[in-house]
Amino acid sequence: MAHDTAHHESNTGRIWKVFFILSVITIVEVFLGIIKPAFLVETTVISMKLLNWIFIILTIWKAYYITWAFMHMEGETKGLRRAVVWTAIFLICYLIFILLTEGDYVYEVFKAGYKSWDF
Amino acid sequence: METTVTKTGTEDKIWGGGNKPLKVSYGKMMMWFFILSDALTFSGFLAAYGFSRFKFIDSWPIADEVFNHFPFLHGVDAPMYYVALMTFILIFSSVTMVMAVDAGHQMKQKKVIIYMFWTIIGGLIFVGSQAWEWKNFIKGEYGAVETKGGQILQFVKPKEDGFKRVKLEEIAVLDTHQERAQHEKKSGIWYEQEGTLPTYTVNEIKAGFAKNTDLLIRTQELVPDIEALKESGNASKIAYATRLEKELVNPEERGEKAIYKREFSLDRLTNDAIGIVEGANLQHNEYGTPLFANFFFFITGFHGFHVFSGVIINIIIFINVILGTYERRKNYEMVEKVGLYWHFVDLVWVFVFTFFYLV
Repeated sequence: MAHDTAHHESNTGRIWKVFFILSVITIVEVFLGIIKPAFLVETTVISMKLLNWIFIILTIWKAYYITWAFMHMEGETKGLRRAVVWTAIFLICYLIFILLTEGDYVYEVFKAGYKSWDF
Repeated sequence: METTVTKTGTEDKIWGGGNKPLKVSYGKMMMWFFILSDALTFSGFLAAYGFSRFKFIDSWPIADEVFNHFPFLHGVDAPMYYVALMTFILIFSSVTMVMAVDAGHQMKQKKVIIYMFWTIIGGLIFVGSQAWEWKNFIKGEYGAVETKGGQILQFVKPKEDGFKRVKLEEIAVLDTHQERAQHEKKSGIWYEQEGTLPTYTVNEIKAGFAKNTDLLIRTQELVPDIEALKESGNASKIAYATRLEKELVNPEERGEKAIYKREFSLDRLTNDAIGIVEGANLQHNEYGTPLFANFFFFITGFHGFHVFSGVIINIIIFINVILGTYERRKNYEMVEKVGLYWHFVDLVWVFVFTFFYLV
């Protein structure tokens, strides 16, 4: 197969660097999750705690490194990369938007007294 | 005819055929599209989890309380340390996998064998850890009482700084006269039987609660921002805030579980309690809403199944590497393909970890 005959050089340096980045991000996440700084918990951005936004952004950052460096997406052609990544991102954002909006709506309906929770 | 077919005169044109625009082999491309579809399946599950969580946003269990065990540290509150360790093990097995792929590019069979071996070991440790997490969750720790409406009532006791959870066994006053036999198939209609009976009866817990006057009840509700509710101008929200302020011990502890004053605790227990919950399963969950348990079992179970199948596929490819299949084939693309799947499993875990344990 014509595939990959060109690159035989070793990438171990980059692999260890990415592992280091992933470890640091995980440690930061766990650390924040345990101490839960009051400031981050009390500040709300777009109806979610700032702390949760930080967790989600760090997670996406990790996902980027895993996909790009470990799964070697950075080395694939633009066509394949977009076919996989854009499809996933578009559909996931759409689904999350719809379901979370609906979930919040149902919560408000419950709260407004259609269903009593005080048994 | 033949001559017209073999020569179209468009061979060097971009649409002339024989062109590979994605510059990737069939197998690898299909692995990518499989991963894409599997990623969408997992996002469906996680989005559904988000839906249920938003629906019960003010009564969802706090993950730190549920997953706080660490092997060999009994009774030590170790929130998240173990999942953090599991995450590291999985990330590290991803690293050894990518090292195996890298060694494969250089046709170094021995190195591929060593790295794949460590990947498999990492995967097995991870699956084992997940089983252990399940065991702790199923077994539960403190136990709780369930109300008519399916709500959970837990028991706490004040201590110097805040409150301490109390186990059912510390509360129950055993009633030796009353024995409740478990209904079995043999003692009735053959297709009817009931599950394991709880260790205590509701009456034993009620008796113990009446006796220990410092015990209080903690519900699954999270204390809302009472000031904000009062200023909302919505009648039912104001009524809710006023009720909480009157009945709670900790109305100012926003985001914590609501703890009721002794009189209201006693009231709720005597009027509402109908059953005992120990641990978690698909119908009952001592930590809060059963939906949390359902999603936990389903999503981590589905992920664990992926890890398990990943280990199996890795073992198959590992054997092929040892047999020298890819040496003879003169390329290690197979290792790369299973590597993609293995990294995907790690990728999913990164999200499961965030949404189940952190957020």
